[in-house]
Amino acid sequence: MKQMVEKRIEMLGTDVLNLLQGLGDFTNYTSKTLYWTFKPPYRWKLLFDQIYFMGNKSIFIIFLTSAFTGAVFAFQIYVGMKVINADSFIGPIVTIALAKELAPVLSGLVVAGRCGAAMAAQIGSMKVTEQIDALEVMGINSYQYLAVPRILGAMLSLPLLSGIFLLIGYGGAWLIGTKVILIDEVVFSSKLSDFMNLGMVAEGIIKATVFGYLIGIIGTYQGFTVTGGAEGVGKGTNMAVVWGMITVLVVDFFLTSFLTKIL
Amino acid sequence: MTDGKYSIEFKNLVKKFGDTTVLDDISFGIHKDKITTVLGFSGAGKTTLMKHILGLAMPTSGEVIVLGTSITKISELELREFRRNFGMVFQYAALFDFLTSFENVAFPLREFTTMNEEEIKVKVMGLLKSVGLAPEAATRLPSELSGGMRKRVGLARGLALDPHIMLYDEPTSGLDPITTHMVYDLMRETQKENVKCGFTSVIISHDIHATLKYSDYIVFMEKGKVVEHLDVESFKKSENPVIRRFLEL
Repeated sequence: MKQMVEKRIEMLGTDVLNLLQGLGDFTNYTSKTLYWTFKPPYRWKLLFDQIYFMGNKSIFIIFLTSAFTGAVFAFQIYVGMKVINADSFIGPIVTIALAKELAPVLSGLVVAGRCGAAMAAQIGSMKVTEQIDALEVMGINSYQYLAVPRILGAMLSLPLLSGIFLLIGYGGAWLIGTKVILIDEVVFSSKLSDFMNLGMVAEGIIKATVFGYLIGIIGTYQGFTVTGGAEGVGKGTNMAVVWGMITVLVVDFFLTSFLTKIL
Repeated sequence: MTDGKYSIEFKNLVKKFGDTTVLDDISFGIHKDKITTVLGFSGAGKTTLMKHILGLAMPTSGEVIVLGTSITKISELELREFRRNFGMVFQYAALFDFLTSFENVAFPLREFTTMNEEEIKVKVMGLLKSVGLAPEAATRLPSELSGGMRKRVGLARGLALDPHIMLYDEPTSGLDPITTHMVYDLMRETQKENVKCGFTSVIISHDIHATLKYSDYIVFMEKGKVVEHLDVESFKKSENPVIRRFLEL
């Protein structure tokens, strides 16, 4: 019995130590990437390549997600609002929800799934095939070359994707609201200016930028910490997606609490 | 400072990972203008030793002096600059898989020189030719090349910046015997062609037969220690039982 308790305590201690070690490594990695972000040479081409990959190549999936999210949301709000005869408020409700929450969070989840996985897989496979060592031997900092363009690319792409999400989502809601539910087009749009303000759009943009940073830093970190071969790359990719998505959802809560106070 | 005889010197080098001593008080010099092979069984500390030459690992104690510079005493930025003195061929070539052979060889030139695209093209095609690759190979991705061709592209990339020290990490592992000898011939030719510029080759290997044929000096390591450091002829005559066992394999 005593031995079992001792073993459990030992296991708990090992877990705590591993957790602290992991947090320490992640903090160290974060500070290094931050340092190399401001160190020349600035790799504009790599940054634009990443913006193209994360932004442009994600537009189709963002288009689909946002159009259907806006349309479904308009339907659901209509069902609720009709009961109290307030269905003319569908426009502002859907748009506010999209601007403040749905656009940044759902774009974040899409990018975490699509690009976070790609970052971890690309960097992870470069690590196991010694390509990162090859960069270092040439005197090129691998964080600056591989991580910084991806992190900045995600930070710049995600607010743009979130903006597109907002516009297309609004379009989806407008289509359902005016053509299916048959709310007057003028009523649908005119209520927007009564309830919406720029602070709400700013909240969404700030959130998307923060999510972009988190997805970038988690995706690249998982790539750099890959060990072993193909199995390690698979594990790193999986972790990048899981942690990226969890982080977006958890941080969204704290950001919302903070931003509603200041905006 | 080095006395000019050696390109690389290790002085009482110790490397520990936790309680495990991987390099145990190593002191020797690698001769300038020669091919030196570091031999030993797996886990002898060969790769860790090479990482210390490149400054990719830092010693627990002791010193590594490369081309007269103590790389354990310079800053990280200075070390990055200093690494341009090295060329390296990795075990599996480590070519960037998103770039063609041409782009791989051009990569260090674009990063570190002010050469224009026309000059880069001339230099890259010349390097690819010098390692025995046909011009058609230039447009191929690493996944479209054989193991031997990848090693050649890796060698061309390593030579692009005219390094003073060329490092080869298990350069022939995974290659058939004929390609193995082709790669060693290429390494020997590279050494001959560049020797006037003070060129030193260091090979990490456990291929004893090729090593005896192509090297000038051999360093034999076991359990983190240097057992012998001799020229090839003396090495063949060594009475050390571990080396005798290795030679009889």
